[in-house]
Amino acid sequence: MSALFVRDIRLAFRAGGGAMLALAFFACVTALVPLGVGSDLKLLARIAGGVLWVAAVLATLLSLDRLFQSDFEDGALDLIALSPHALEVVAATKIAAHWLTTGLPLTLASPLFGILFGLPLPVCGALFLSLLIGTPAISAIGAVGAGLTLSIRRGGLILPLIVLPLLAPAVIFGSGVVLAALDGMPNGAMGLLGAFSLLAVFLAPFAAAAGVRLNLAG
Amino acid sequence: MQPALAKLEVKNLTCVRGVRVLFRDVHFSIAAGRALVVEGANGAGKTSLLRILGGFLAPAAGEILLSTSNTVLTDAEERGQHVGWLGHQDGLKPQLTAKENLSFAAQLYGRRADVAPLLDWAGIARAADFPTHYLSAGQKKRLALARLKASGRALWLLDEPFAALDVAGKHLVEQMLAEHCASGGIAIIATHEALALNAEKLTVGAAP
Repeated sequence: MSALFVRDIRLAFRAGGGAMLALAFFACVTALVPLGVGSDLKLLARIAGGVLWVAAVLATLLSLDRLFQSDFEDGALDLIALSPHALEVVAATKIAAHWLTTGLPLTLASPLFGILFGLPLPVCGALFLSLLIGTPAISAIGAVGAGLTLSIRRGGLILPLIVLPLLAPAVIFGSGVVLAALDGMPNGAMGLLGAFSLLAVFLAPFAAAAGVRLNLAG
Repeated sequence: MQPALAKLEVKNLTCVRGVRVLFRDVHFSIAAGRALVVEGANGAGKTSLLRILGGFLAPAAGEILLSTSNTVLTDAEERGQHVGWLGHQDGLKPQLTAKENLSFAAQLYGRRADVAPLLDWAGIARAADFPTHYLSAGQKKRLALARLKASGRALWLLDEPFAALDVAGKHLVEQMLAEHCASGGIAIIATHEALALNAEKLTVGAAP
């Protein structure tokens, strides 16, 4: 499976791969918010967790529809399905590669955007940690949507409608972590976010593989 | 190492796509070392038959038995582990070089990673380090053929393998199929082209 992992990472960083696109989108959205809300640093710090988490979700969604679709369209998915590896393992590998090229760069860049929103350094650390724990869930749940919408024409438009409601807990708990750090009052959001992310990462490969299998037979 | 194939047996296979019956009661048996050419008009169900044999599609009725030297496989996923696939789409990534595409496939199937001899065999060694995007349709087909060879699978399913190939390319496919059959493999080829190969024939057509 390392071959598929390496290939997906290569594809993400080559022309049209979209790995840096997510980071650029994340930067644009977060830069626009202060322009709309104003320069009140107290207000910006208060909404930073929610804004950065929503921006991370939307930025990750940008590349999710291609997770299986490009392999489906060019026939590579047929070859992958006939390989000795279970489709569940294939899905887990693709989720890991997607997170590494999309979720992780956002996470690494997030403290910088936290500072721009006026978050104190320890709170930036909490934001970083929340994204580190939570972004794998975005890739994992997104993979389920990508698997289900594989053969639907313009499935990329339907994908967010399926995925966004499922990601609501991640946004709630993730921004809760930042607020708790800002207020200095632990609220258990980190634990809930970790549990949600673990559950998503564990279950999503099975659901995504089922979706892929269904579409390959279509 | 996979066990050697003995034969592929198809009994009363029926394929329904949507509300349309593509073919009904198709049956054939093909022994190891033999090739079968599937013929039929456009839309007759040649590709669907190959996809059923490959385990992608479930048939509406009928059964497929793949006998190896030590067992008879009835499960589609188990059968798929013996299938080498060459479909309509080339399955190549335009951003990756020819070498990278082939190495990926070889590694995915647990085969050797040295792909240079295969690229040489396919006549595209000079294009090994070009992104596949820059290869002609014929060169891409040759690369896909090299990938099929690299799969190490015994049951080959080929859908229109001659599309985009020149005369030399066509001879390459015929030679490749003959060698595969001589080594005990089975090849099933859906094509409209005449084949210079000792092969059995099956015609699929509109079901009554």
